[in-house]
Amino acid sequence: MTDLLQQLVNGLTLGSLYALIAVGYTVVYGIVQLINFAHGEVFMIGAFGALATWTLLFQGTTALWVLPIMILGAVVASVTVAVVMERIAYRPLRGAPRLAPLITAIGISVALQEAVRLFYPGAKSKIPFPQIDVVTGPALSFAGVTVQRAAVFTVGALLMSAALLWWFVNHTRTGHGMQAVSEDKDTARLMGVNVDRIIVIAFALGAFLAAIAGVAQGLLNANVDFRMGFLAGLKAFTAAVLGGIGNIQGAVVGGLVLGVAEALAVGFIPGQFGGSAWKDVWAFALLIIVLVFRPQGILGARVVDRA
Amino acid sequence: MTAVDETIRTDRPDDGPVLEATGVTMRFGGLTAVNNVGMTVRPGEILGLIGPNGAGKTTFFNCLTGMYKPTEGRVRLLGNDLPPKPRAVVMAGMARTFQNIRLFGNMTALENVMVGRYCRTSSMALTSILRGPKFRREERETRARAQELLEFVGLGKSSEHLARNMPYGDQRRLEIARALATEPKLLLLDEPTAGMNPRETQQASDLIFRIRDSGLAVVVIEHDMRFIFNLCDRVLCLVNGQVLVEGTPGEVQSDPRVIEAYIGGAADDEEGDA
Repeated sequence: MTDLLQQLVNGLTLGSLYALIAVGYTVVYGIVQLINFAHGEVFMIGAFGALATWTLLFQGTTALWVLPIMILGAVVASVTVAVVMERIAYRPLRGAPRLAPLITAIGISVALQEAVRLFYPGAKSKIPFPQIDVVTGPALSFAGVTVQRAAVFTVGALLMSAALLWWFVNHTRTGHGMQAVSEDKDTARLMGVNVDRIIVIAFALGAFLAAIAGVAQGLLNANVDFRMGFLAGLKAFTAAVLGGIGNIQGAVVGGLVLGVAEALAVGFIPGQFGGSAWKDVWAFALLIIVLVFRPQGILGARVVDRA
Repeated sequence: MTAVDETIRTDRPDDGPVLEATGVTMRFGGLTAVNNVGMTVRPGEILGLIGPNGAGKTTFFNCLTGMYKPTEGRVRLLGNDLPPKPRAVVMAGMARTFQNIRLFGNMTALENVMVGRYCRTSSMALTSILRGPKFRREERETRARAQELLEFVGLGKSSEHLARNMPYGDQRRLEIARALATEPKLLLLDEPTAGMNPRETQQASDLIFRIRDSGLAVVVIEHDMRFIFNLCDRVLCLVNGQVLVEGTPGEVQSDPRVIEAYIGGAADDEEGDA
């Protein structure tokens, strides 16, 4: 029982991380039907943004009050990269065949990784991520279940971000604009909605959550490296598809389901196929199973009914 | 009527034409779909655009709304050339509905209308996150006006219904409310009564009259002759991409060429002109 709870806690932590990144895939897909494969790198840039903020301003400090400023640094870095990426790489390709922006996305992904590797000091190997009071440090323990402090931060960050995002989409004019554009871009344009701005906002929103995920990942692993976005991005994409691409709640559910499934596979599949070596195999096997039996994802893709 | 006066601006810059199309020609390759058509819409009038299938009505309509850029000729809205971007056209004061209903199905009726209003409010994305007092006031006004517009078209009780679940006639009226939310000076209706029963058609007529009375100019494309002749101040009949007749409903209705175009000899004429 304790084992099960322990794996659930691990799974929810990992899943929250996936969910935070997955939202970025799904929001952008919902608006422009583009899989932004460079989104994993936006997450990585967020982690490095937080690290750079700390290194430049607070080197040696571990006080909790630096965390919000690190998050701000992460958000600024990620959002800037995402918005610039949209402007110079995706907008010129709007209306091009869908393969073109997809290949561009892969190109940007590689370019961003290389840029960080070459230009961030010491990024050729893993860089230690600052440890902050309260959110890192000795693990908490509840009835034999160990909970990392950073895990509490990660899950809390997901809950807050998801609530904020839900409110934003349903209760602000920009959110309504996003819904309108995701249903019918041309009609939205003819009703005076600034579609280009809505698309930029979608990229920025996704980058915002990815930046928070980047900080969370840094705190959890205590280090960052320029490749961290690749697998995390792929997993988050899996989570988005699992939940139903284009559907924001789906991304959250998909992320949590994927994280828990992975953790349970690590903990309970016996023998040779268990343990962490096989966890990625099980994660992608789950994706294949869902795609075969429920291609629209757990909650269903947001497909517009045209009556 | 009071609701309307509050909802739709009645001020006009001058008494010049709301919309003026001169010498509009649209060619697709070798095909001339619209040939040298001129049209003037004056403030506060309802103008009907009729013509048999393939007469170029929809193409002409698309030139008027800026969906197509005419090969020759110009379109002026309130004295200015039509801006190139659809959004700018909306901002300049033209709104339209669609032949095939194009609502945001997964949003409520109220939200659909609110989306139409957003181009007239000024809050940016950032202020909506920060939720300043200006934002809250604008948001409240947007909601209140959207509700007024729904009541104006007779959907006051359906504001929380999802657009895709609404009856067909209501969807048509909702589209009109959404178009009115952009505060147009000119409303273009593309077959507003398609698929409607006689009672709904009558309601649509009444609604269009009330829109006109609130100070807007209206252009209607329609197949339903009786509807057009009862509704419009002037009627323009297009045949083979050219203006066949323009005049009052009485004049157009009794013009032998119109009758011929619709009932007899149309096929022969088309071959002869092509």
